[in-house]
Amino acid sequence: MKFVCAIYVFITLFAPSILLAQKYISNSSYIRFYSEAPVENIEATNDAGKSAFNLSTGEVVFSIPIKSFTFEKSLMQEHFNENYLESDKYPNAKFVGKIHGFESTLDTWQEAKAEGKMTIHGIEQDVTYEGRIKIDQNSMEMEAIFPIQLEDYKIKIPKVVFYNIAEIVEVTVKFTYEKIN
Amino acid sequence: MKKSIKLLLILIVSFGFLNAQAQEELLGLIEDSEEKTEQIESTFNGTRIINGHSVETRGAGTLDVIFMHRFGRLNSGSYNLWGLDDAWIRLGAEYALSDDFTVGVGRSSFEKTYDGFLKYKFLHQTKGNKNFPFTSTALATMAINTLKPTDPDQEIQFSSRVSYTYQILIARKFNRSLSLQIAPTLVHHNIVDTPMENNDIFSVGFSGRHKVSKRMAVTFEYYYQVNNNTEKNNYNPLGLGLEIETGGHVFQLVFANSQAMTDTSFITESSGDFFDGDIHFGFNISRVFQLKKNQPTKKW
Repeated sequence: MKFVCAIYVFITLFAPSILLAQKYISNSSYIRFYSEAPVENIEATNDAGKSAFNLSTGEVVFSIPIKSFTFEKSLMQEHFNENYLESDKYPNAKFVGKIHGFESTLDTWQEAKAEGKMTIHGIEQDVTYEGRIKIDQNSMEMEAIFPIQLEDYKIKIPKVVFYNIAEIVEVTVKFTYEKIN
Repeated sequence: MKKSIKLLLILIVSFGFLNAQAQEELLGLIEDSEEKTEQIESTFNGTRIINGHSVETRGAGTLDVIFMHRFGRLNSGSYNLWGLDDAWIRLGAEYALSDDFTVGVGRSSFEKTYDGFLKYKFLHQTKGNKNFPFTSTALATMAINTLKPTDPDQEIQFSSRVSYTYQILIARKFNRSLSLQIAPTLVHHNIVDTPMENNDIFSVGFSGRHKVSKRMAVTFEYYYQVNNNTEKNNYNPLGLGLEIETGGHVFQLVFANSQAMTDTSFITESSGDFFDGDIHFGFNISRVFQLKKNQPTKKW
């Protein structure tokens, strides 16, 4: 019995470093959000997102700095940070979860599901999104397009604003990864 | 039996631990080891507080059209509808050549004045890796009074119509709602009415903003004149305001003891005694147009 316990403790302590060989870290990213409204479509893009993925467990995390979203209009960008996302208080959007439903041996694009916790504007929500994944020996790609309901994250749209912002915005997330040793 | 339950517990606990540890480790891979330096933005909502400038400059490629309006004095009685019968306006446009450098022009009906200015934000309040306590902006304005002389035969040289203001605006955003500004100021009039008067008037501006909600703020502005021309009926300018920001617009409702809206005039020629009710109600409306759009991040 003691022997089994010892083995277990050993695995628990050292497994992460053994699994390290299965880890991928992002080397480029593209995040976009898009809100379609009658008066004006609003779009912002960001290439400062970071992500890591563990192929053996399917675990994935990403972090996107809110301040790095670029808008066409400077003032809109300022208001986005100051009044909507309050980026000084909540600097990053985060996702911690797992990807499942894919074949780790397949080297073409395949459908997959990401399930986990999304944190935006300091609010955590359980989410499931569908996306695509492509695994190569030393690199990986991932992309997903999903809607975000602003109300879920307590992002309030004032009634009297001159930008017409939709209640739901479409978010595109793309990452490319390379394997780390 | 007991032993196997114990083992099971150990298994569950340690497995949970392993799982959490793995996610922590993944997060650790993408977290920045070094804290970044961040510029503090939105010290003030507008480029003006009441009549005077704030440290703010608009983002590159932005055109800010500002319409300023002042009524007559509140204490002028019902005959004058408490000042609403009189009106002075200033129409202005300012364009941000870069995030820190703005040029502007304006025309004010008060003394038929044209004005122009250059504004450069040379220090940024920052936090994070490098902390810097305040934002600072240099401002130079020029005003040209184009009033016709009362005696039509009299000729006024162009240089006599010109006056200048030089300011160093220093502001700190203390928290999300409170921002304060101090502004050492020099106003130079090329010509003054009597030899007794000073051509150069030094003053210090004090102004602030306190947000009462995400989009509303109360503001104040006061300039203390160090060597003002007391021979003239001249008070230190004092103003209170309510600011409403609605996306592309900033509305400012103001109560001030000056009807002038250009820097050279309102700082040294405010003729109203605020506490005697010589208060001009008015408003500033700023509308922002992005003429040169920011480049979005490239797709891949």
